[in-house]
Amino acid sequence: MNNNLKEEIIRTSGVNVLKCMRCGKCSGTCPSYGEMEYHPHQFVYMVEKGEIDKLMDSPSIYKCLSCFACVERCPRGVEPAKIVEAVRLAATRRQGGNHLTAEEIPCIVDDDTPGQLLVSAFRKYKK
Amino acid sequence: MQKIGVFVCHCGTNIAGTVDVKAVAEALGKEPGVVFSAEYPYMCSEAGQNLIKNAIKDYGLTGIVVCSCSPRMHEATFRKTAAAAGLNSYMVEIANIREQCSWIHKDIKVATEKAIVLGRTAIAKVALNTPLTASSSPVVKRALVIGGGIAGIQTALDIADAGYEVDIVEKEPTIGGKMAQIDKTFPTLDCAACILTPKMVDCAQNEKIHIYSYSEVESVKGFVGNFTVSIKKKARYVDETKCTGCGLCTEKCPMKKTPNLFNLGLDNRSAIYIPFAQAIPKVATIDADYCNMLKNGKCGVCSKVCAAGAIDYKQKDQIIEEKYGAIVVATGFNPIKLDGYDEFAYNESPDVVTSLELERLMNAAGPNGGTLLRPSDKTHPKTIVFVQCVGSRDTTDCGKPYCSKICCMYTAKHAMLIRDKYPDTEVYVFYIDVRTPGKNFDEFYRRAVEEYGVHYIKGMVGKVMPQPDGKLLVRAADLIMNEQVMINADMVVLAAAIEPDKTARPLATMLTASMDTNDFFTEAHPKLRPVESPTAGIFLSGVCQGPKDIPETVAQASAAAAKVIGLLAKDKLLSNPCVAHSDENLCNGCSSCERVCPYGAISYVDKEFRMPDRTTKIRRVASVNAAVCQGCGACTVACPSGAMDLSGFSNKQIMAEVDAICR
Repeated sequence: MNNNLKEEIIRTSGVNVLKCMRCGKCSGTCPSYGEMEYHPHQFVYMVEKGEIDKLMDSPSIYKCLSCFACVERCPRGVEPAKIVEAVRLAATRRQGGNHLTAEEIPCIVDDDTPGQLLVSAFRKYKK
Repeated sequence: MQKIGVFVCHCGTNIAGTVDVKAVAEALGKEPGVVFSAEYPYMCSEAGQNLIKNAIKDYGLTGIVVCSCSPRMHEATFRKTAAAAGLNSYMVEIANIREQCSWIHKDIKVATEKAIVLGRTAIAKVALNTPLTASSSPVVKRALVIGGGIAGIQTALDIADAGYEVDIVEKEPTIGGKMAQIDKTFPTLDCAACILTPKMVDCAQNEKIHIYSYSEVESVKGFVGNFTVSIKKKARYVDETKCTGCGLCTEKCPMKKTPNLFNLGLDNRSAIYIPFAQAIPKVATIDADYCNMLKNGKCGVCSKVCAAGAIDYKQKDQIIEEKYGAIVVATGFNPIKLDGYDEFAYNESPDVVTSLELERLMNAAGPNGGTLLRPSDKTHPKTIVFVQCVGSRDTTDCGKPYCSKICCMYTAKHAMLIRDKYPDTEVYVFYIDVRTPGKNFDEFYRRAVEEYGVHYIKGMVGKVMPQPDGKLLVRAADLIMNEQVMINADMVVLAAAIEPDKTARPLATMLTASMDTNDFFTEAHPKLRPVESPTAGIFLSGVCQGPKDIPETVAQASAAAAKVIGLLAKDKLLSNPCVAHSDENLCNGCSSCERVCPYGAISYVDKEFRMPDRTTKIRRVASVNAAVCQGCGACTVACPSGAMDLSGFSNKQIMAEVDAICR
């Protein structure tokens, strides 16, 4: 269980996972269900339990079509797709992930390299 | 000069635990006008009350302040105590030092200070109290029941059984309500009509019961024991006193394409109709929206065939005014509209039906004579999917946040009946939770699973997709298997949430009875006064107060009747003397009070006044009907000239309280 990650997911998604009443309508409606290792209702429950690492490592986060059918049909307004989106975001911005270090810059930079690209490549959102 | 006694209660440790009661009694003893001050562990006990009585006699007290719990709890107790000692019971004030002080504070010093302030505020008020006397009003020995479903029927029968007159107002042409549309009842599976219709007949035959069918309540005036109600008898274009219910007109009527609302529009009837064979009263009604004679003045067949000469195309709505001592609300429910749930394809496919529609489809008096057939092609369905919680426990705009309570059981009933009658039909029930609290309820549900082989699947249906071959492809989650399932169904049955009838909200306004955010009537106390509205003389019966099944409805109906009988058995009701009155010399006739009064207690009269120069002048001034006034005080706030005042809570008293707090 990773509490920091859990809070990050809850904060970035804006979803209150405790509103879920475990009806499974999100998974009953998901067109990508068969492609996914973890299904929409499991996303919600696993965030509640703090099992974010498993979700971040799973290809499921890239199988979600973001069709928002689960958001549209959830009777409790939980919005599972927003959780998937938040986990996807957390995975791409993972701590200690694929940063560009300052030492690497001189060998790739040339006159045509836009400055903004270098800034983005630093991926400074996290230390 | 007032002689005031102060009595500080410990309430065990409830108050004494956080308030230094000795210090409070001592401090309040020094307030002006106070001649006696004491504390005691339980002031409401007999010994505590004796302490008060003796002090009143020994010190000749003219007013008392009891520092104790909320006035809701024991104000009545201490008023009786004072009266027993010969003191006017309105010379009693309560300082609430429990709920509003000791229970909400932890610091003894702060709580004690606050208790002293609350005490001296009550002392400042009681010093200005004047003795008040409650007047009494007679009780009209007649009850009104609004709604003629099983709730209203049971309430009316019980009130009539005690010997009181009772009227039922039912907006449909027949009494019976939703129970008349239901096929079988859980958990015994006896036929609903077989147990309901004898009660309907009992109502019709009981001399004490009068049924106003096809009628609605138009307005309500008055107060507990003395309501005046206008009832609109809608024009049914048939003379009730002449019609014999032979039904010949319904056979001969050429307008056969009128939707049969009793069968929820699943089949058609004629424009002149009797809702069902056992209708009470068994009198025909003309549906003015479809009758050719009423629409275009052409036809008149029913009038020609009616041997009794009962047809009257010129009949008008009729207003009847009647007086009642008590009113029972039994307005019932309806399934919600499913327009917001496109995913279930309810509006797309006739084979997706609600549970109430399924009741009619399975009923012997229903559109298929009791054989379960698909509405689209009249074939036997081989696979049926039930979806529970459609709109229930749903916090979105199209649903209801509450559990409708009855769906788990009726779905188990439907599933069981279908498996019993058509064993070759596969039945699936998608559930979120199966809720079966009730006598023999869980056993009933387990029988559906274990003996009848109904497939219960934990999960919700996500989408119903009508296929070109007429089948319905159902996509759903099976949460226990952790898989998505696809079922090719012939019919889908939706357990739609139930909501209060639409007439309940305007009725609540007429009755000044409170409702919750879901339009269910609020009870006076959720546990201890469950069948009374907070508005005196208004009682609640059935689903208008909250979702419930037939046994619970009948129990509540009888409970409401018991409360009504208790009220009607009284010859007189004591009224609250804390009512508004107007100083005519100050009143400027602006009507502000009349506009804000929620009870219609204020009217304006033209009155002759003598002017200083010995002339007379007619002025328009406010006049309060003390019997109708509930003492809410809205008028005293609205009055710009300060003419309106409330006995027991006068402007002077309230200002004295504020001064005492700010001192």
